[in-house]
Amino acid sequence: MSFSLSPDPLDPAALARALADPRAGACVTFEGWVRNRNEGQPVLSLDYEAYALLAAKEGARIVAEAREKFPLLAVHCVHRVGHLQLGELAVWVGVTAEHRGAAFDACRYLIDEAKARVPIWKKEHYASGATAWINCATRGDFADAQP
Amino acid sequence: MLTLTVQYFAILREQRGLTRETLTTAAATPTALYAELRARHAFTLPADRVRAAVNDEFVPATHPLRDGDRLVFIPPVAGG
Repeated sequence: MSFSLSPDPLDPAALARALADPRAGACVTFEGWVRNRNEGQPVLSLDYEAYALLAAKEGARIVAEAREKFPLLAVHCVHRVGHLQLGELAVWVGVTAEHRGAAFDACRYLIDEAKARVPIWKKEHYASGATAWINCATRGDFADAQP
Repeated sequence: MLTLTVQYFAILREQRGLTRETLTTAAATPTALYAELRARHAFTLPADRVRAAVNDEFVPATHPLRDGDRLVFIPPVAGG
């Protein structure tokens, strides 16, 4: 297990169970949820679109980097694609390690790098009826100015 | 002249109105091809905000294109 895309809803309990390992003293998971506001605009739903072949490669590279940097037992990241409603789970990252320090640090590393590097795009649908591809504005403040 | 396949995602897919096309071009690099396509299809993203991938691997903007390459221009990503 390393990095995957899912067109189907994610089950965080099942994902965490799959990491079970008697050697692990720590399991840290991150859930990214679909939020109802972005940059002050009410959001109704999202579309995620991925360049699947390169997303899988870049995701696998990020997982390999995390394994290099931190003493981990298992790593799994999965990102949704398709149309998501408010509150749905958009991305799940889970890591296990003997000790919590490595597990916290690796989980943070994985989600930060995945957001910055994996070719996945998000389109927001607003209450006003407008839509926007995030980080693709060409005037005004770019949303990707923030980490 | 090179014959290339270009695949489009996200905002570029919408602005082009296609997911892929095969085209013939004199462009020798991803940067030159993006400039050509941007002029033709009025893509809103400037070249410096788009990365390129050739045959499913990231490449520098100046990577030499070869006949038969499959290209993807990658808008700013926004996973998570």
